Amino acid sequence: MSSTKITSDLLPQKFGKTGRIWTAFLILLCLNGLYCYYKQVTLGLGITGMRDYASWGIYISNFVFFVAISLVGSLITAIFRLTGVEWRTPLTRISEIIAVSAILFASIIIIVDMGRPERFTHLFLYGRLQSPIMWDVIVITTYLTISILFLYFPLLPDIPILIKNSKPGSRVQKFYKFIGSFWKGTAAQFKISENAVKIISVMIIPVALAIHTVTSWLFATTFRPGWDSTNFGAYFVSGAFLVGAGGVVVAMYVFRRAYKLEAYITDKHFNNMSKVVVMLALLYLYFNINEYLVPAFKMKKAEEHHLHSLFTGHFSGLFWSAIILGMIVPVVVLLFPKGRKPFPAFLMGILVVIGAWFKRFLIVTPTMLSPFLPMYDVPESYHHYIPTWEEWSITIGSLAGTLLIITIFTRLFPIIPIHETIEEMEHSKPEKT
Amino acid sequence: MVDLSKIVPLSPIQRRDFIKGALLAGLAGCTPHDPFTNEAKKENVQPSGEMVKLLSTTGEIIEVDKAYLKPTEEIPSISNMAERMGIEGKKFVMVIDLSRCRNLKKCQEACNHAHFVSDFQNWIKVYPMQDAETTAPFWQPTTCMHCDDPPCVKVCPVDATFKRQDGIVGIDADRCIGCRFCMAACPYSVRVFNWDKPIIPQAVKDLPYSIETSCPPKIGTVSKCDFCPDMARKGELPHCVTACPNGVFFFGDIYEDTVTNGSETVRFSELIRDRSGYRLMEELGTKPSVYYLPPVDRLFPFKNEQNS
Repeated sequence: MSSTKITSDLLPQKFGKTGRIWTAFLILLCLNGLYCYYKQVTLGLGITGMRDYASWGIYISNFVFFVAISLVGSLITAIFRLTGVEWRTPLTRISEIIAVSAILFASIIIIVDMGRPERFTHLFLYGRLQSPIMWDVIVITTYLTISILFLYFPLLPDIPILIKNSKPGSRVQKFYKFIGSFWKGTAAQFKISENAVKIISVMIIPVALAIHTVTSWLFATTFRPGWDSTNFGAYFVSGAFLVGAGGVVVAMYVFRRAYKLEAYITDKHFNNMSKVVVMLALLYLYFNINEYLVPAFKMKKAEEHHLHSLFTGHFSGLFWSAIILGMIVPVVVLLFPKGRKPFPAFLMGILVVIGAWFKRFLIVTPTMLSPFLPMYDVPESYHHYIPTWEEWSITIGSLAGTLLIITIFTRLFPIIPIHETIEEMEHSKPEKT
Repeated sequence: MVDLSKIVPLSPIQRRDFIKGALLAGLAGCTPHDPFTNEAKKENVQPSGEMVKLLSTTGEIIEVDKAYLKPTEEIPSISNMAERMGIEGKKFVMVIDLSRCRNLKKCQEACNHAHFVSDFQNWIKVYPMQDAETTAPFWQPTTCMHCDDPPCVKVCPVDATFKRQDGIVGIDADRCIGCRFCMAACPYSVRVFNWDKPIIPQAVKDLPYSIETSCPPKIGTVSKCDFCPDMARKGELPHCVTACPNGVFFFGDIYEDTVTNGSETVRFSELIRDRSGYRLMEELGTKPSVYYLPPVDRLFPFKNEQNS
């Protein structure tokens, strides 16, 4: 393939009809979420379904979900890079933009969950290091910064191509020039950039593990039956890698269809990513068995109510669907070569992602509703947690927000690195001949 | 120079006014003119002709026109810092005698009334408890445990909930960001959240927030039982203690080794020793300041009198 063909294939394209409808739909969802958030700020958190017992709800499970899916950035860009996985190039930018937008909305949704969002600055004025929330604030900011750099540095070589191919004097071109006209593509610059990326890919791995471990500690450091677990860090990290990999499979399929990238995101990528998903799903299943079998075997009094609600009680439908549809079915399907073709892999990716969202809900809510002292002397509504439509709107709005960021990003930048792709094609030529 | 804030704790702005006043009062001692008149003349206040007599700091009686006197704003009697520090030389402790409780909920009523707790929420909950199927059921009132190793304080990111030197765990609703981490961390489920705008009289709404009264309650913040430190400062008992007709609650100071329910005063150590006092969920290591006396030789049979 010639470099001009690659460039024209990968350059960001204008929205077609579907693209415009999709973007408008996302904006609509975001606006609806914003309206409900306005309502929540003026009327208080009473408009949500949360009450004194279930004082954390889908906002927090959504936060954990965002943190989880953002881990994919480090998995694909850093871990694959360091382990020398060759086929990762077309997936790096996809995973990195998923990471950046997810972590951005993770920090937004945590402010949404606060009863007093206007006091957000108190975290910096009066912050105390012994609170796991402060650890989360620190580690999320670090991860967001590193992820943006990880997105930005590999983007630089593509910017001259973008400037060349955009309308002279247009606003888009000015924007490209603003973010990258210092990039001349000299050997020295390439060397600096390469070193920077190398350093970041080593740095991001501990930070990525820390971000999700710290998020698990938000729960594990409390005195609650279902969260009182030393397994939580590893359990969360393994689950995060799984949902991230599932998310990338879904994104790969969508981008391939929407931008006709069949030549770049090939069946081989689906095949390989599916194998990664199988491995991660098995790993997550292993940690799930650790998480539930050990306390269930002993069935201590405090754990009893919580575990019963998961296995046979109120949450059992959701629990078993998340385990079976979100983990076991994808493993079984993706074990077969036919299941690793793009479309079935895409479907399994969707199952993994949706299963993961509900798994986060199952981590938060049933525990809140299984306190040490019984729920007594409270109104009926305190015994259950049913999210209100406002709460759903805000949550869906935040999910739409991440998709909107990704959509706008792909409108402006090539979702597959142009420069790197050209370089790889040129490098691989002499080897073949 | 003596730090005025240590003697008369005032908030910074009010302290500035106070120092100004003190300086003016000092001037009054060495000049025959009273400072009120001079200051008022500067601000062009018209005299009303009605004079009031005042005692100056040096003991002289001065006459000032009534129009020259300015009403002061509501000043909290104790500063936020002093409220966070707590009462020196005290360590409050509560003993709840389970053999006396008949679930009248007078404690709850009095507490909710005094602290403007929202409808359907209670700081004090009275649980029907039973250890095992074959053991006797009993009523167990629970307040905030004011733990010595409080999980809520550990997890608070902004120091909105804190431990005072007198053992009380307080909440600063002006500081709270409403993250509800303390509610998740508390194993005793004593914390409540102001989900909606609290319905309170305008007069209470206008008061400056005080940690010691936990009033006025504020939307989007956490609140809970505070052992009524404002009452302790006055040398009185918390509302739940005085409201209980059966003397279930004993309140006192562990350093004095005395607790009282208003009519009986007993040695805390002897009470705990002789009646086999215990604390809730000791295995969690939170070290509560609330002790329970087992429900033996009960004064009342176990039945729900409120519902019957």
